[in-house]
Amino acid sequence: MTYVLGKLLHIVIVAGAALPGLAAVLVWAERRVSAFIQDRLGPNRVGPAGLLQPIADLLKFIFKEDVIPGHVNKTLYVLAPAMSLVPALVAFCVVPYARGMAIADVNVGILLVFAISSIAVYGVSIGGWAGNSKYSLLGGVRASAQMISYELALGASCVPVFLVVGELNMEAIVAWQKANGWLVFYLFPAWIIFLVSSYAETNRLPFDLPEAETELVAGYHTEYSSMKFALFFLAEYIHMITASALSVTLFFGGYELPWVTLPGGAWGTVLSGLVFFGKISFFLFLFIWVRWTLPRFRYDQLMNLGWKILFPASLVVVLATAGWIAMVTP
Amino acid sequence: MTTLFFWIFAVVVAGSALLAITRRNGVAAALWAASSFVGIAGVFVLLGAYFLAVVEVLVYAGAIMVLFLFVIMLLNLREADLKVVQGPRMHVGGAILGALFLAGLVWTCRRSGLFDVPLDAKGPVGETGAVAAPLFRDYVLPFEIVSFLLLAAMVGAVLLTKRRLS
Amino acid sequence: MLPLLGGVIPDNGPRDYLPVFLLLIVAAAVAASQLLISWLLGPKTKPNPVKDSPYECGIEPTGEAHTRFSVKFYLVAVLFILFDIEIVFLYPWAVHFGGGVEDGVVFATRGALVRFLFAEMLVFLLILFLGWYWVVKKKALDWEEA
Repeated sequence: MTYVLGKLLHIVIVAGAALPGLAAVLVWAERRVSAFIQDRLGPNRVGPAGLLQPIADLLKFIFKEDVIPGHVNKTLYVLAPAMSLVPALVAFCVVPYARGMAIADVNVGILLVFAISSIAVYGVSIGGWAGNSKYSLLGGVRASAQMISYELALGASCVPVFLVVGELNMEAIVAWQKANGWLVFYLFPAWIIFLVSSYAETNRLPFDLPEAETELVAGYHTEYSSMKFALFFLAEYIHMITASALSVTLFFGGYELPWVTLPGGAWGTVLSGLVFFGKISFFLFLFIWVRWTLPRFRYDQLMNLGWKILFPASLVVVLATAGWIAMVTP
Repeated sequence: MTTLFFWIFAVVVAGSALLAITRRNGVAAALWAASSFVGIAGVFVLLGAYFLAVVEVLVYAGAIMVLFLFVIMLLNLREADLKVVQGPRMHVGGAILGALFLAGLVWTCRRSGLFDVPLDAKGPVGETGAVAAPLFRDYVLPFEIVSFLLLAAMVGAVLLTKRRLS
Repeated sequence: MLPLLGGVIPDNGPRDYLPVFLLLIVAAAVAASQLLISWLLGPKTKPNPVKDSPYECGIEPTGEAHTRFSVKFYLVAVLFILFDIEIVFLYPWAVHFGGGVEDGVVFATRGALVRFLFAEMLVFLLILFLGWYWVVKKKALDWEEA
């Protein structure tokens, strides 16, 4: 019973406070960084350096009128934002964000993340369909086709990691990297494919076709406002956090540092958490940096990149890694 | 504890399946079917078949049901179009087919002795590595044949959807 | 505090997956509470025809939203299922490749085992690569063509 209550407390802290909180800070960071990239200031009035801006935004979202337009399918319209947020939160469950601190330390490891993320397609496509408007339906269908197309390259680009480590468990992958060095140095091409696919999976620029303003207004969430829109928004940012966390755990040593061994006990756990936070901060910054640097792909270019370049390339990387190991193993 | 969870998942599976076949809205039916698959994954976890549970969600809920949803959304059938496939004749036919399928399933399970396997299998029998050993060592030929099966499906899908082949 | 949150060492049983189930419920509660709060606290105004009509850039909405789509999307979804199954086979294979042990009878050494597994997957992937190549050659994935 203590076990269940402890886990429940852990889960409530992570899913109810830490992840949405981090996502809110990320929204602020995105606005500030994009402003600096464009030689502006960005939000800097609310609180020190504008840090309270996300809270102001949240209050505004809550106190906006909760419009349910007359032309939508009501049940699915209300359900879709929740179907978008829930997989985003649950997908974080296996990530060890500090030593021994994954919510669920299971042996299928990252496969669980893939399985849950594959459910995320429903939120987007149902949101587009229930909106019952041309833009939202087009955006929803485009977004789902994009997500399933890049799921292939994303899924295959992790296989070299399992070939080398021989386990799917996230803690085991971190432990292997502690002993033998970061996997990115062994599997650089796989990481590149993983990174590009994760940008497409999170619908971020240069692959943010589902919400290409100039042609689709706001894509699948055109008909959404107030908190329902905010939930879609939150889901996208939590997906970014999870994608960064996976990049760090699979290829950049997770919560451990190279050469330095962190102390054991509670302090070691806190320090490892800080190391992890530092590493994912870099990847989150990369997400923002790329968004405000690269132009958007065209839809046919996007599909060509996914199906004709990244997917076969990921399989070639898998075979090359396996072939190399098969050659050198006595 | 396990029994409690079994009943939770059993109710989810059976209830979702029942709702899936009774909804008139195609999208709602597809969503209930997906929920049923997630419940089945829960039952697999209770049986220790972890890899199978993940694949159930990944392939059935995350890929096959998405295709169903796409077809429903893209075809945009109206009530009038559905009239063709409704009526008592369809219901009776469906019931007969379902009963035949169930009978075939039970018969096969009995013959292969699947009913005699204890359900509370201990040890890592359902972990990914444990599934892999027999699959890639003992059943090499069936595994390779799977690729031909997929190849045939691929060719079929393209031939069906392409208007003119270049 | 931290040991309490971390829980116990995994026992490799169904119990390890309990947190996933709990997280699912908590996540659903988080989403539901957000929707409920804004529904309770947001102002209510009477619906009007403009608010109830779909957004089409301020112009009167024309025609139906649900039009039929290109069959391309359907093809993408079918091909996704097929290649997804292919990738699902890669996972257990990769785990066995990296972690499986030789049995000393058929595979005398670990090298023999991984070379056999590599050859096995090479054949599997080559057959499917053939399919992929055919699909690309037939321009089934080209978006400019109908």
